[in-house]
Parts: sequence; structure tokens; C-alpha cells
Amino acid sequence: MATPRVFRNWSVRIGASVLVLLVFVAAAAPWLGTVDPTLFDAGSRDLVPGKAGEITTLDGEIIKHTFMMGSDSFGRDIYSRVLYGTRVSLAVGLLAATLALSFGIVFGLSAGYIRWMDGVLMRFMDGIMAIPAILIAIALVALWRGSLATVVVAIAIPEIPRVTRLVRSLVLSIREEPYVEAAVSLGTPTWKIMFRHILPNCVAPLVVQGTYICAAAILVEAILSFLGVGLPPDIPTWGNIMSEGRAQFNQYPHNIFIPGAFLAATVLAVNILGDGLRDTLDPKMAKRV
Amino acid sequence: MLVIVAVLVFLLLRLTPGDPAAILAGDAASTEQIARIRADLGLEKPIVVQFGIWAGRLLRGDLGESFYYKITVAELISQRLEPTLSLSALTIVFAVLVAVPLGALAAWRFGGWLDRALMGFSVMGFSVPGFVLAYILIYVVSLKLGWLPVQGYRRIADGAGPWLQHLILPCLTLSVIFIALIARVTRAAVLEALGEDYIRTARAKGLPEVRVLVRHGLANAAVPIVTVIGIGIALLIGGVVVTESVYAIPGLGRLTVDAVLARDFPTIQGVILFFSFLYVMVNLLIDLSYVFFDPRIRY
Amino acid sequence: MRKLIALLAFSAAFGVSHAQDKVLRVVPHSNLAILDPIWTTAYMSRNHGYMIYDTLFGTDEKNKIQPQMVESWTESPDHRLWTFKLRKGLEFHDGKPVTSEDVTASLARWGKRDAMGVALFTFIDRMDTPAPDTFRIFLREACGFVLEALGKPSSSVPFIMPKRVAETDAFKQIEDYTGSGPYVFKRDEFKPGDKAVYLKNRKYVPRKEPASGSAGGKNVYVDRVEWNLALRDVQAQANALVKGEVDVIEAIAFDQYASLSKEKGVKVVKPAVGQQYMCRFNHLLPPFDKAAVRRAALASFDQRAFLKAQVGVEELYNTCPSMFTCGSPYASTAGSEIMAKSNVRNAQELLKASGYNGTPVVLMKPTDLDAIGKLPDVAAQLMRQAGFKVDLQAMDWQTLVSRRAKKDPVASGGWNMFCTAWVAPDIWSPINNAALDARGDKSGWFGWPLDDKLQDLRGKFMRETDAAKKKKLSEEIQAEAFANGTHAPLGEYQAPVAMRSNVTGLNTSGLAHIYWNVKKN
Repeated sequence: MATPRVFRNWSVRIGASVLVLLVFVAAAAPWLGTVDPTLFDAGSRDLVPGKAGEITTLDGEIIKHTFMMGSDSFGRDIYSRVLYGTRVSLAVGLLAATLALSFGIVFGLSAGYIRWMDGVLMRFMDGIMAIPAILIAIALVALWRGSLATVVVAIAIPEIPRVTRLVRSLVLSIREEPYVEAAVSLGTPTWKIMFRHILPNCVAPLVVQGTYICAAAILVEAILSFLGVGLPPDIPTWGNIMSEGRAQFNQYPHNIFIPGAFLAATVLAVNILGDGLRDTLDPKMAKRV
Repeated sequence: MLVIVAVLVFLLLRLTPGDPAAILAGDAASTEQIARIRADLGLEKPIVVQFGIWAGRLLRGDLGESFYYKITVAELISQRLEPTLSLSALTIVFAVLVAVPLGALAAWRFGGWLDRALMGFSVMGFSVPGFVLAYILIYVVSLKLGWLPVQGYRRIADGAGPWLQHLILPCLTLSVIFIALIARVTRAAVLEALGEDYIRTARAKGLPEVRVLVRHGLANAAVPIVTVIGIGIALLIGGVVVTESVYAIPGLGRLTVDAVLARDFPTIQGVILFFSFLYVMVNLLIDLSYVFFDPRIRY
Repeated sequence: MRKLIALLAFSAAFGVSHAQDKVLRVVPHSNLAILDPIWTTAYMSRNHGYMIYDTLFGTDEKNKIQPQMVESWTESPDHRLWTFKLRKGLEFHDGKPVTSEDVTASLARWGKRDAMGVALFTFIDRMDTPAPDTFRIFLREACGFVLEALGKPSSSVPFIMPKRVAETDAFKQIEDYTGSGPYVFKRDEFKPGDKAVYLKNRKYVPRKEPASGSAGGKNVYVDRVEWNLALRDVQAQANALVKGEVDVIEAIAFDQYASLSKEKGVKVVKPAVGQQYMCRFNHLLPPFDKAAVRRAALASFDQRAFLKAQVGVEELYNTCPSMFTCGSPYASTAGSEIMAKSNVRNAQELLKASGYNGTPVVLMKPTDLDAIGKLPDVAAQLMRQAGFKVDLQAMDWQTLVSRRAKKDPVASGGWNMFCTAWVAPDIWSPINNAALDARGDKSGWFGWPLDDKLQDLRGKFMRETDAAKKKKLSEEIQAEAFANGTHAPLGEYQAPVAMRSNVTGLNTSGLAHIYWNVKKN
């Protein structure tokens, strides 16, 4: 059987490869020359990438270590923190996107197709969207203490209305299409129409939206850390590393550039993957390719 | 709808930890002093009573007084309105003016070098967090080249020149992600529209390509594009908070964050209601514009 | 479009319009929210107070109390009657003269809130005002700190307000900001979170002596002072100073010290008096309800580890074994051996001997305060090395401040430990050092240590008037505090000020942030 069309697309190949690499790094972090990312030694603070220094372990012993990506203002190894941070960022992105899409699809289909639900659901969605996402995030993190679950939920909730709106607007357009009217007149049950006729036509924009949410989630986590309301500082995330390094950007930009580069690369990969998927999965697009 | 928001927010605030009285009292206050302040702020009354008092005042147009700064919430909001509106409006206008043509162009020249280059740039715009971009811009443009100020906001009343000068870098920072978002969706939507049969018909009819593109391609792609602009406006607040922090612009975004961190309930409630109101207005406009763009949509 | 470019170029070339006024643009260390310096002890409110109010006495750079609004005073031989005469020419901003009734009303309000004021008023029988420029204080018994209290430089400072304002309930904030100080508050230009504006008080009559600390002549050489409350990002502050968009940064981040010191056009100054870090235990809950466990923690704390991590710049910090800042009158090494010999082995042994059963220590860490944010991480690491279980919980400062007021068990939202910093004047005496208030759960400050011997010694100190005896008592107090483990002093540092090179005369005593005597050339 020939290679599925999806994998023949260069964007998909590049995006997926980078992501696979990142997943590998995340999983294999403890064995890639890292130390415990929370250990620090004040004597090793603010080292430029490549310098050597010392770290004190919890048992009190001192080990020599080369800080390949430099150290932060505590004296922690940025290389270790960045690698371990990959885990968190990938998890946040994937979980938030999945959560937002799932709820958004259900709500959007219901609102777009079932008239009486439209009013109620959209008012509720509007209510949520009206509350600034940052506020929801801060309040949730404060209420439940900063943790992966809290941050994921806090990032996903403001995205749900957006997905709902998008699905709904697409449904509103597609609903008037002739083949849908035909299906209705044939007496096809509602759920069948939704899933067999309407949903497949939503896939392409939803995939774009989904990858956008994943990428945005990773970025929003960084912003939440910047404001001091993200994951607790002892969990290494790219956002945390950057937020702690921002007071010294002019002198030690490596604190921001290195995690920033990882962040940009990840988000880029996700977006490229999404583009590739959309190009190949959208049936109408296939005609032109 | 605003009622739902009001109730939601009120409850959410009262449920979060963080006692405004302890914060106000300061470092060296004793527990009795804090208790007294709590009573003063009316926080000792049952929640239902507190809501009733607040709702009653609201109906009379009184948003209450900030726990933290001893001025009315309405006055606080009015002080912070101009900077945020200036920043937001300028950013949206700039982003739309740049992104829609870019996206349409990319779709038109689908697969060509222009398409790839434009999309490459826009994807980069997506991927870099706002504050990193802000720091880079400030470092290069303000510090090294000295062309623009580092921080601050100047009111329009003090001169349009300084006003604009101080807003250029913040707008640039904020608009990058919107240009990226809007350009991408424009491209996707226009591509879909261009794949439609009516485009082939239009071309077969011999219409000039520009007319095909704008009158038939862009117009039919309008619904998702306008939706995304609407969504983008809602996103604005997140970006505005960061931008206002780094550039020291005293706007509503920062007010929200500061108020939440200070557990200043009246201000938080007031600001959210205000945002909700704005949001309702904007989306009303957008919903109405659907009818204009897609005659098939009926309400 | 062309017009727009021309406009931009024009304004870029000529910059902001030239005002005739000299304006001093200051970036304070925090936001100004509360304008009542008696109602709160927040340093920003105190600094605001120094701008618009005047004080009876002040503290000079040699830590001696000097008269300010007071012309002369007498003390009766039995130390129980104090008579004060105000100097001439004191006027409020609304033109009315300052009278003794304004003074007594202001002191009474201050005496209801400030810790040292409350202590002073327990000695006061009554006050009266025999003449508009004279007031008297009648004491029940001799009190050793009357002038120290009236001239205390830091929170809360007994600022003198008009009688009608001072009669506001001490637990409600004032709404009238009339004072008699060297600046006038420009209320209509105040935008919270944005800026605060002060204008020179042209009718103010300064004393003849040179300015020194919070005492001496308060001469004003600028027309207007603007506090930039919007600029909170540390890197942006430094950038703005370098570019000349602001004149003074009240407290620069330690991370900026090295680079700002090298900048042309900028000078960085270390204040004479510094601040002290401390970690505070919750004496009401296990495991820190046992003195032996607290002392084990004390033994694990190496001050240098804290200072190196938090401050980092060697010339800005120094270790100090005393709970009263080094260099101040009551500093001594009494009782501090437990921290001087701190090391992991010692701490481990002490912990085992104390019978510590593994209860985790809930240590609260603030995420949004750079100045003290690193201390809990160091404490956690050191305690873990000694064998403690530590649960490091991160939260924003506001949540921390409200949580530390709770006495509940940990399961209901309580806490075991947090770290903070104090300005030297607020802790350099056994009376005003809030950490030494050992009345158990009635203590004035969070942590609630219970130590009757300590309270007894403090009471004796308050009544003592002989300087040598006071010094001896202070040593005994410190020794007892260390034995009890009230808190852990973690060393001292100075928070440097940065300013443009053309700014001279800025008060760098470190007692408070003071803006008279400043010249902008």
C-alpha cells in the first residue's frame, strides 16, 4: 500500500520529526547529562554558557559540573532545566488543546445545529469569554494552588468558547448547503447529520485551530509564569526560566534566549505540522495540490 | 448575560483565598487590627447580603469603591481607559491592515515563494512570546539605536506626537501575534473560497483577477476572518497585560492583574463588567456583520 | 501620511516641551496604594508621609534623636513630666498655623496603631496643651524611650496632622492630605498605579542645621517631584534610567547593580543603613512548637548561603550575628553561637536530639517579590540537608500576607515558616523589634512566640533610663530570644539607590526614602 498522502507532505514531515525529537528529549531527560534541575549553589550563579562550576546535592556533597547552557541567578543548570521543561511544555500544550477541542466541538455542534440550545449556550460562552483569560487563570491558580492540572484547565477554559464559536459559525454556513438539506428531507437523524456531514467539513479549520491552541497554550503558560501565576517555580518550565531571568536580560540574555529558542522551535513545529495536516486533509485543497 | 457574569465573578472572588483586609493592613498589623478592617470592608456579612448590596448599588450606576485605592472604581477605570484603548485600537487597525492583504496574497499565490515566505514570517510571529519580543525591540530600537523611548505612556492631551512615539514599540510588540493569527486564518479561508466552483465560473467569465480575488474570494472568506478578528479582540487583553507591564503603560490590563493580586474585589468586579459590556458590543457588531457578508445566514 | 511622519520627526527632535519647572522623576520601590501612614506601616506610605508631613523629632545619620518641629524641651528630674515648645513659623498647607492641639491629636492617633506608640502610651497618664506652642506629656512612671519614640524614623512615623484630620478613627483611613511638610500633595494629579505628584511648599521654613537622616533642615531645590508608579519591570527601570527618562530609582535590583555602576551618566550609591533578612517560625504549630526543633533549624542556617543567593553582590551584604542590626547601639553577639557555628553535622545532631518526628515544614515562598524571593529556596535546601522534610509552597505575596495571619493548623490553611526583610530602624531596638513580642497568641506580629522571661526583660528595658543598663538588658534579651528561637536573623544587606549623575544631595541614610535636599543640576 502506498504511503498515506499525509506523510508525503513536507510540512508534516518536518513538524512531526521535530515533535518526535522533543518527545524523546522529554522522556530521556534524566539520562542526557542533566542534574536535578532544582539543585543550586549560590557560588555558581549567573554563569555564561560553557563555564564550569559547582553544585551542592541534598546530601551536602559538592559536584563539579559544566554548565553547557549557563546557569540562572540561583546557580541552577539551565541545560537541565530546559530539558526537564520540555516535559511540562509538551504536556501543557497537548492537554489544553485536547480539552478545549473536545468541549468546544460538542458545544459548537449543539449550538449550531440545535436552535434552542444556541441561545443558552452562546450566552454562557459569551459570559466566559467576557472574563479575561488571565483573571480566570490567576483565580484558579490561587484557588487550587499552582499545579499542572490547574494551569491546563485555566488555559483551556478560555479557549473553549472560541472553538465553540468557530464550529458554530462553520455549522451555520454548512447547514444551508444543499446536501445537508437533502439529508434532512430524507429523514436522517440529527446526530448522523452532525457527525457524517457537518463535522468532516469542520476538520480542516479545527485542526488549524487545534494546533493554534496547542501552540498558544505553551505560550500562555510562559506568560502566566511571567506574571508570577504559572506553575510553581521549583517545577522547571520554559516560562519559569524566562521569568526568573528577565531582571537581567541586558547582562545575561541566555536566560531568555535559550528557553525562548526551545519555545519558538516547539511552537513552530506544531504550527508547521498543523499546516501540513490541513493541506493534506482538506478535501477541497487536495484538488489543487 | 451580564447577570451571569456578575454572579460568576462575585462568587469566584469570594471563594479564592487571600484576604483583602490582611493585605491592606500591611506587614506589622496584628490579628485584631485585620479583623477590624474586615468588618469595615463589609466582608463579615453573609455572601448573599454582600451580593445584594453590590447589585443594588450597581443598578444605581455605582460600581463601588476600591478596597485598595480609596477612590471609586468608576474613576479608576476612567483613568486607565485611554491608554488601553489607544494601544488596542492602534494594534487592531495596524494588524488588520497588514494581515488581511498578506493572507489573501499568500492564498492567491498558493505554493509560491511569496506564500511560503509570508507564512514563515507569520508563524515566527506566533512562536515568540510577547515579552521576549518586547525586550529585544527595546534593547535594539530604544537603547542601542535611541530612536524611541523605552517606556511610558503620554496622554493624547499632552500632544499627539509623544502619544504616538510612546505607542509605536508597544503596538509593534502586540500586533505581531495578531498579524500572524489573522493572516493565517485569512489565508486558510481565502484558499477555501478560491477552491469553490464560483471562482472557476468567475474566471471563466473573464473577470479581472483582482475582482475575482476581492469580490468573490475575500468576500466569501469573510465569515471566518471576521470571527477571528472578534476572537482576536478578546485575546487582546492577555497580550495587553504583558505589554502594559513591560512598557509601563498604566492601562486596564495591569489594573486587572494588580487588583486580582491585591484581592481588590470591587475593582475586579467593576473591570470585568466593563470588559463584558465592551465584549458584548463588539460581538454584536460582528454578528450583525455576518448578515452583510454571507446572505445565506438568517437569524 | 507625510504630515504624520513630519510630526513624529519634529517631536522626536524637540522631545517633551520644556517646562520652566525643575522636575525630579523618581521610580519608587513599590506601588503607592494607601495614603495614610498611620493606618499602615507600608514603607511607600511612610515615604509619602515624609513628603507632606513634618515630625516633632528626627533621627540623624549618627542615630541620635534631634529636634525638628520642637524648639526646646525639658524633662522633670523624676522623668515623669516632659514639656515641649514648638518652633515658630510652622504652618499647614492651608495656611493655618500648627498648634499644640494638632500635635496631641496626631500623637494620640499614632499611639493607637504603632507598636512603639502603643508601648509609649501605656506609660502616658495624660497630655495637655497649656499654650498654642507648648504641649506636655505626663507619665505614670519613668520611661526610657520617649524621644526615641517621638523621633522614630520608620514605620509608623508620628507625623503631625491637623487636629480635624487626626481625629479620624485610627482604624479608618484619612481622606484629607493637608500637612505641614516641605512638599504639598497634588491630589488632582494622583493616579493610583500611574503617578503621584508633589509640589514644593514655598511657605515651608526649614531649620538651619544641615540635613541629616530624617532630621535637620528640609530644604527643597526642585519645584516638582513625580513618582512613577507604573514602571515596575526591573529591566525597564534600568533602561529608563540609562536613557534619562527617569532621574532616580529608589531601590535597584541586585542584578542591576554591576551594570548600572558601569554606566556613564548614572551613579549608584549604597545607603548608610541597611536591612536585615529573617525567617520566622510559627510557634503555635508542630514541628516548630518545640524550641529544640527551632534551634536545630537555626543551626542549619548559614547566613552566607542566604546572602550569596539572594543578594549575590559581595559589597552589598555582610553577615551579622545580632538580631539588632550590626552597627546599631544594641547590636551584640549574645546568644548567637548557635548560628555562628552553623553546619550540617551540628544541625543534624540537634534535630535528632529534639525528637523531630518528620512533620513536614510548610514554607511559604513569594513568587512576585524579587527582593526576598530566593530566601525560602535556600532555607528549604539547608533544612533538607539537616534532615527536615520541607514542603515549599509558592504563592504571590498578597496570598502569603493573608495566609500568615492564620493561626489554623496546616490542614486548614495554616503555615510553619516564611521569610522577609526589615529596614534596620524597625528592628534595632528591643522595643520596636516586632519579632521579639513574645506574648504567645496575643503577640502583635505573626509567629506568636511565647516567652514570659523575654517579655519580662523587655518590660524592664522599657522602664530603664540608664544607657549602660539598657545595653546590658538588650544583650540578655537577645540571648533569651536565641535560646527560644523566636526567629532566624539571616544577615544584612544594603539596597542601593541609582540616580542620574546630575542629581546631588539625595538622602542616602537608608532610614527612609527622603526627597528633600535633592538638587538636579
